[in-house]
Amino acid sequence: MQVKMRFMLLFSRQGKLRLQKWYTATAERDKKKMVRELMQIVLARKPKMCSFLEWRDLKIVYKRYASLYFCCAIEEQDNELITLEVIHRFVELLDKYFGSVCELDIIFNFEKAYFILDEFLMGGEIQDTSKKSVLKAIEQADLLQEEDESPRSVLEEMGLA
Amino acid sequence: MALKIVKGSIDRMFDKNLQDLVRGIRNHKEDEAKYISTCIDEIKQELKQDNIAVKANAVCKLTYLQMLGYDVSWAAFNIVEVMSSSKFTYKRIGYLAASQCFHESTDVIMLTTNQIRKDLSSPNQYDTGVALTGLSCFVTPDLARDLANDIMTLMSHTKPYIRKKAVLIMYKVFLKYPESLRPAFPRLKEKLEDPDPGVQSAAVNVICELARRNPKNYLSLAPLFFKLMTSSTNNWVLIKIIKLFGALTPLEPRLGKKLIEPLTNLIHRKIHIFSSHKMLCSQSHLIVSLSRIAVLISLSSGMPNHSASIQVMKYLGLLAMSKILKTHPKSVQSHKDLILQCLDDKDESIRLRALDLLYGMVSKKNLMEIVKKLMLHVDKAEGTTYRDELLTKIIDICSQSNYQYITNFEWYISILVELTRLEGTRHGHLIASQMLDVAIRVRAIRVFAVAQMATLLDNAHLLTGNMQRMGICEVLYAAAWICGEFSEHLENPMQTLEAMLRPKVATLPGHIQAVYVQNAAKLFATVLKNQEGNTDSTAAQETSQLMIDRLPLFVQSANLEVQERASCILQLVKYIQKLQQKDVEVAEEVCALFAGELNPVAPKAQKKVPVPEGLDLDAWINEPPSESESEDEQPKAIFAKEEPKHSRPRHTEVDEKELARRREARKQEQANNPFYIKASPSSQKAYQEAPGVEHIPVVQIDLSVPLKVPGLPMSDQYVKLEEERRQKERADKKKKEKKKRKEKRSGRGRKHDSGPESEEDITPAHMVDIVTEEMPEVHRSCLNITMNLKGNARTNMISAKGAVSSYVVSGGIFLPVKSSKHKKKKQKKEKEEKEKKKKKKHHHHHHHSDGGGEESVQNGTVEEEEPLPVSVYDIQGNLQDGSQVVVSVIFENKCDSFLKSMEFNVLDSLNSKLQRPEGSGPHDGLTVPFQLPPGVSNEARFVFTVQSIVMPQKLKGTLTFIVKNEDSSTHEKLDFKLHFTCTSYLITTPCYSDAFAKLLESGDLKCSSVRLEGVIMPFHHLLARICFHHHFSVVERIDSCASMYSRSIQGHHVCLLVKTSGQTVSIDAKCDEPTLLGNVLDEIKQTFSQC
Repeated sequence: MQVKMRFMLLFSRQGKLRLQKWYTATAERDKKKMVRELMQIVLARKPKMCSFLEWRDLKIVYKRYASLYFCCAIEEQDNELITLEVIHRFVELLDKYFGSVCELDIIFNFEKAYFILDEFLMGGEIQDTSKKSVLKAIEQADLLQEEDESPRSVLEEMGLA
Repeated sequence: MALKIVKGSIDRMFDKNLQDLVRGIRNHKEDEAKYISTCIDEIKQELKQDNIAVKANAVCKLTYLQMLGYDVSWAAFNIVEVMSSSKFTYKRIGYLAASQCFHESTDVIMLTTNQIRKDLSSPNQYDTGVALTGLSCFVTPDLARDLANDIMTLMSHTKPYIRKKAVLIMYKVFLKYPESLRPAFPRLKEKLEDPDPGVQSAAVNVICELARRNPKNYLSLAPLFFKLMTSSTNNWVLIKIIKLFGALTPLEPRLGKKLIEPLTNLIHRKIHIFSSHKMLCSQSHLIVSLSRIAVLISLSSGMPNHSASIQVMKYLGLLAMSKILKTHPKSVQSHKDLILQCLDDKDESIRLRALDLLYGMVSKKNLMEIVKKLMLHVDKAEGTTYRDELLTKIIDICSQSNYQYITNFEWYISILVELTRLEGTRHGHLIASQMLDVAIRVRAIRVFAVAQMATLLDNAHLLTGNMQRMGICEVLYAAAWICGEFSEHLENPMQTLEAMLRPKVATLPGHIQAVYVQNAAKLFATVLKNQEGNTDSTAAQETSQLMIDRLPLFVQSANLEVQERASCILQLVKYIQKLQQKDVEVAEEVCALFAGELNPVAPKAQKKVPVPEGLDLDAWINEPPSESESEDEQPKAIFAKEEPKHSRPRHTEVDEKELARRREARKQEQANNPFYIKASPSSQKAYQEAPGVEHIPVVQIDLSVPLKVPGLPMSDQYVKLEEERRQKERADKKKKEKKKRKEKRSGRGRKHDSGPESEEDITPAHMVDIVTEEMPEVHRSCLNITMNLKGNARTNMISAKGAVSSYVVSGGIFLPVKSSKHKKKKQKKEKEEKEKKKKKKHHHHHHHSDGGGEESVQNGTVEEEEPLPVSVYDIQGNLQDGSQVVVSVIFENKCDSFLKSMEFNVLDSLNSKLQRPEGSGPHDGLTVPFQLPPGVSNEARFVFTVQSIVMPQKLKGTLTFIVKNEDSSTHEKLDFKLHFTCTSYLITTPCYSDAFAKLLESGDLKCSSVRLEGVIMPFHHLLARICFHHHFSVVERIDSCASMYSRSIQGHHVCLLVKTSGQTVSIDAKCDEPTLLGNVLDEIKQTFSQC
């Protein structure tokens, strides 16, 4: 199966996985093994090394932002630079959405981070290259969610209001 | 009921939400697993409640846990429940959980089809959006089939937000359910021109991905994309389009030309588009941008602080170069220094990329330096992967194109030996095969190799000591074999023999032990031979005893091969011991067991043996078997049945079609059978265009054994039969082909640059053989010749005869003679290998009557005083270089004195020059690299550079030497002449009649003819004579008329048409060089005028 991106991982410098998105069907066991192996390799690299490495039959493109590593796996014939660009765009989106994003934002709002990623990439392909339209979609979806939630108060829900 | 709701809500107030869970996990660092298991229990409780909000919260927490690596597949059904909630908040969580946890084998997916369909058609675009996003992660073939229509409708949705998602997910749907592609494609194409840029880029994405898989179908879209490329400003889209064109251009070359301009524009406009480097390889013109890349790399290497982004540029630049290297090696080679610099980079990714490029960078000059650098890296490397990569690269680089760049094989062997010290490499077998290859093919290196291997065997414990190093013990396989096979070169065979019989050997893998056992026997033979010379016979008996003591260990081996060999050899040794005790000399016979040289044959050599004329390999030899039972039996099965060779003859009336089908099947099988000799009509046709391709003329053979067995066994037998018969020819052909190929590569234009560049050509100089460094190309051919037979390459033999003051040299023999004047005679003579020997005998009998042309003419003068030829020599064109001729001279000392300090010197003419080592003057002689004890002969080779080959030539020379007697030594001198005939520049080259006809038609050839009168010999003798003496090959023969072909070392074609009637032979000849032709014809005439 050929998709642009095989998977995307976000993990911390301590080797804690913060986000994972797989664009190809992979067995859980393999996923775990790959994540562990890859984290080890990437974390071992020094800061001033280039962002690419070859691993198994894949190319790994990674970039570190503060304490978080963003790491994508692409295929041999895919373009590394554009993947780097994708990573950066995703970080920008997170930054815009959370307002100078930090690792904790992603930990505690991990589902939001997923929603943003899903608006940005779909099936490993870039869905929309415009930051504005991605953010707009997210905001509107959030609005919808709040509409759902806003009328509720605890008492209402308890049927006492 | 109300109470239940209330209860649920109250519970919920005290439930953990996601934040609490995350916080909790962070606070329970020590007992995380325990904490999470309690959380999971809670979640299970929550999932049991009816309240959808509680469930959604639980599912959200599960999604988080799933990411941490916990199994949540048990909650799949609850996820579906949450997905189907009508509230967007929950739906969103449900789909997210599904996209993270579901995969194709999740069975609840079947239940989701209707829910997803409902969501897809929801009036709320975000419901639809969330469904599409989720679907993109867990779409199955079933879902794709069921939902393809709905998604297709969505592609025309009013909202661009939905349209772009629908377009993107279509790609996934196509992958899972390819049938959907055809109906959906027109709509997809429409989307390329969608007003919304997001939708447009999505459509470009999808079509690009599709086109990458099957570009042919998308060629028609090229104009559309071209328009997009020139109009779009979106870099992402541009990159995709360029990538698409990269896939399309190979199919439509015109496209390439059209693209150059817009692409160069793009590259100049935005440097980062150059990341679309894939394009560069298909666009030769864009090589311009290579310089840009190089600039980038150099820029980035020059910068003191290597920032990551500069490293990125470096990496990409190297990557781009490796793509360009394939098509334009030259342009990359100019950046060699830069690339070598990158080898020292701290970053492994960059080093690996640079390594890839090295392959194209090496030359004879820098190979050692580069490998040295790599070896340093090997020592430093930490990771096994990188080290293994280095190892394979080193071997790759060194062994590429037949060790083309290796000038010193001793060095290479040492490198290989050094590599064996690597810990934990998986490439032991690679090193082993290189060792074997080099030791077998490079004759001169054997002494050195054997010594090295003996050390290796002696220190085998270092290699095997550690289980991790098991990969490397493969090397012992090679070491044992080399030591056994070439045991005559061993300095201390006894010690090696002991090393090979150590008990520790039994821990090695079986196949290695087997080689040990077998080669121990070979060594044993050598040791016996050495020891039997001694007066004391106990040593030999002790050796046998050693074998008898140690071999039983192997007889008990679990490995069958080891066991079998060991017991055979053990019995043999016991028998030998018995004979020894009776004082019988056995060494000779034991050695005979392993006598004979193994001649390696190129893996493809078999293919080059042509199918003899009249043998139709496709014709049935027996009646074709009947196929009474089933018509639809597989061809394979037919074959299998056929295999038992004498199956009862069956009669069939098989129709033509069936026969054809079977023939096809058989051809197929033959094609896949490496042992099968194939006819290669296609390559024959290609001959004229590429004058260097593998060709072997079809030779008439009579098979002495009837060919009865169909299929493989027959071809095997045939091969064996033919092997001997052809070996000679093949050796000849093969060598020539090799040379030809090389010539093609090095180009004819090289003949003038014998200056520093020719140093480049110094090849396996260290063919320690007889020759030293000043013999460049010869060595390479040596290397190749050893592939087959050694002596056969000799095509042209000239014997020189003469008398020296007190020595007359005869047939390679120096003899004291009374003559007082220097006299030197030279005869040109051409002989086959057998005849050569005969000739030598003739010389001994001072008689030279055998057909050799000029010989008898010049013979007379010498006759009266014991005519004793100086030496036998042979001039041989060097096909690799049209300007070189190799002269091999055999020196034989027939006197009782010791000859030493021989110096060979030739007075250079303007046209021909003896190649001397660098730094020596034009009149210096070459030291013959050996001394001659009485009765010994040896061969030396000298390379001459020849400018023009159209005229025959004689060169005067002298050989000076010191004759050392017991009490005195005298300085002696011997004059001689070397006769370079035009014929000696010709090289027997096979040619096929169609190629021949084409050549004649071409009209580039000048005509000439000659008549020979009074030739009384059968026509085929006449042809054989021309072939043999003048290096022609018969192209075609019809009755008393034959066409012949030959080629000069500088590539002149020489064609002959020979006709005979009665005693008159007329030869019409054509050649692109009239002078050469005239001289060759004169020489032919001379050959026949003497018979």
